Order: sequence, then C-alpha cells, then structure tokens
Amino acid sequence: MEDGIKKFLYVNRKAPYGTIYALEALEVVLIGAAFDQDVSLAFLDDGVFQLTKGQNTDGIGVKNFSPTFRALGDYDVNKLYVERESLEERGLTEDDLQEIMYEDEDDDWAEKPSIRIISRAEMADLMHDQDVILSF
Amino acid sequence: MSTLHTVNKSPFSTQSLLSCINHAKDGDAILMIEDGVYGAAAGTGVASVVAEKAGAIKFYVLAPDLAARGIDTSRLLDGVEAVDYAGFVALAAEHDRAQAWL
Amino acid sequence: MKFGVVVSEGPYTHEASDTAYNFVKAAIEAGHEVPRVFFYHDGVNVGTRLTVPPQDDRNIQENWSAIAKEHGIDLVVCIAAAQRRGILDENEAKRQGKDADNIAEGFRISGLGQLIEMGIQTDRLMMFGD
Repeated sequence: MEDGIKKFLYVNRKAPYGTIYALEALEVVLIGAAFDQDVSLAFLDDGVFQLTKGQNTDGIGVKNFSPTFRALGDYDVNKLYVERESLEERGLTEDDLQEIMYEDEDDDWAEKPSIRIISRAEMADLMHDQDVILSF
Repeated sequence: MSTLHTVNKSPFSTQSLLSCINHAKDGDAILMIEDGVYGAAAGTGVASVVAEKAGAIKFYVLAPDLAARGIDTSRLLDGVEAVDYAGFVALAAEHDRAQAWL
Repeated sequence: MKFGVVVSEGPYTHEASDTAYNFVKAAIEAGHEVPRVFFYHDGVNVGTRLTVPPQDDRNIQENWSAIAKEHGIDLVVCIAAAQRRGILDENEAKRQGKDADNIAEGFRISGLGQLIEMGIQTDRLMMFGD
C-alpha cells in the first residue's frame, strides 16, 4: 500500500443473467472508480462468460449490461485480467470476447486494449498482490 | 505475504475448492466453511486433491459447521485442522488478506 | 485490528449471514473492531424488520440489531440492491411513493461508496455469500 492507495481486485467467477452477481459486481466497480484506488478486475471460471460478444437479452426481458464493460475506460478502470485456462476450458478464445479499449493518458491518449489475457499462474500472482479482494 | 482463502461450497457441486486450490500459493491457508466442510473428509473423491496440496498449503475446517453436518473430526483428512470461530478470526488476522471463493 | 464484513446472501436460505454473525461476535470477543457490516445482493433482506421466524429458530435480523447496538457497528444496506428487493426506510418510501417502510433497527440504507470506504479504512475485508 502506497500513499494511502489500496489495490482493489474484483474477482468475477460467475456467468451473467442466470444470477445477478455479475451485474451488481459491475455496479460496485462503477461506484468504486470514484475513490481513486488501484483497481483491477479478474475474470476466471464462469466469469469469462461475462465478456463474450453478441449477447442479446431481448428474448428474456432482462437488461443487457455487457456494453457497460466498454465504458469502464472512461472511469479509469482499464485492467481487465482474463484467465486463459478458463477460456480454453470453455471452448473460447480472445476473439470471442468484446473489444474493450481505453485511452492511455500517459501515452498521448493512445487507444489500448483493457483486456489482458493471463495464465492461471499469473492470475494467482495477481490475487496475491492485492490489499482488498471483492468476490462476486 | 499470504492469503486466507475461504471455500463455502461442497466440492461435489461446484468447482470452488478446485479453483481455490489452483490459485492458492505456498504458505496460504484454505478454510472450509459451511457446505465447504464436505471437502475436508477422508475417503472422498476429492480427498487426493486436498492431500496432494496439504503441506504447501495449510487446510483448515470450521468445526461448528462440521458438527452441524454430523461429521466427526476423526473422519478428517490428515493435515486438515479443525478451528472454531475464534480460530477463524485468528487466521484472518494472521494472513495479509482474505479471499472468499463464493 | 479492524475487520470490514460483507454479507451478500439473504437470511435463512443461505448460511452466509449466520457465519458472518458468528465471525463478527468472535472478532469482537477477541478484542478486534468491526466498525461496519455491509449488506449486498440478497443480503439486504437481512435488514427487514418484518420477518417472523418460528419461535424455536434464531431471529437473524434481531441478532444483528442487538450486536450492532451493543458494539456500535454500522449496519449498512446497499441502496441500489435494497430498492430492487423492496427494503425501504421512511425517507426512501416517501421518495419512491411507497405506502410502507420496513428497515429494521440499527440498519441504515446508503450507497455502494460505503463498501469501498470500508475496504479502504479496515485492515481486512471478509466476504460471506454463496
């Protein structure tokens, strides 16, 4: 912990729509962004399903919140770590995920991808490097 | 720096225990609570997974949850230690962070 | 040490609010501080005063209200999650044009910022859910 800034990790392990956890996790992230902490999001296990493209909820009458992930960059939330093994186990690749970009203010506002695919071992390291872990 | 992980689901219905074990680091502790305590018994289909990691990772189980489910501590896997709520609090204080595998 | 606690499942259906309560009680008995408990997802349902559990069962809401009063714990129910699930205090009921409120003694309705603030201000954040 440096200068009173804590490392917050939001761990997402559940698929969207079947339960409300994914949506309400995103609501915490959006509010939490105002607190200027060091925020990362982790997507593993069924949590990787939250980021897939082509979600259409018209038929179930539930709000499609997947576009909200693309707005996270505007809230300075731009570290979305996705576990490679979790994708592979579910027959997914990075191409199945939405493109989520942010503008890097330290690099002349260059557009960069927020999604970073990491291994299970790297995910374990990331979790171990946090001050506060919020699980959804 | 180490983490106290809590697992509250039966390993026979979800992947939570397995996923937790796969992400825990040497020196971490895993505490099985609520329906998670079913993962602490010897002679089950997941016992070998826990036994293999016991040592590098310290396994604990919440005794009141065990008792509620009629599991005697004599049936616990070797290397799994039973603690009460005070022990749970002590584990949370000893480790640098807590991570719930909900 | 200061513990922040999150309860993210409803009472009776899940054990989460019971485990959280027993943890908080043990933490206080061990000399630790629990300045706030934050109720999220279905956990907000712990905060209604209208539950009537059977006589021979524990009353989860009353247990929380009592321990909060005795030890000065701030019981915060997330407003967004509470509105979805029909947990209202007097102000919210008026503001939303509802004919009743149901918040229990010792609980208050507030925003998600209280959860983040708890994470910043405590030494350990404990989550109890499902």
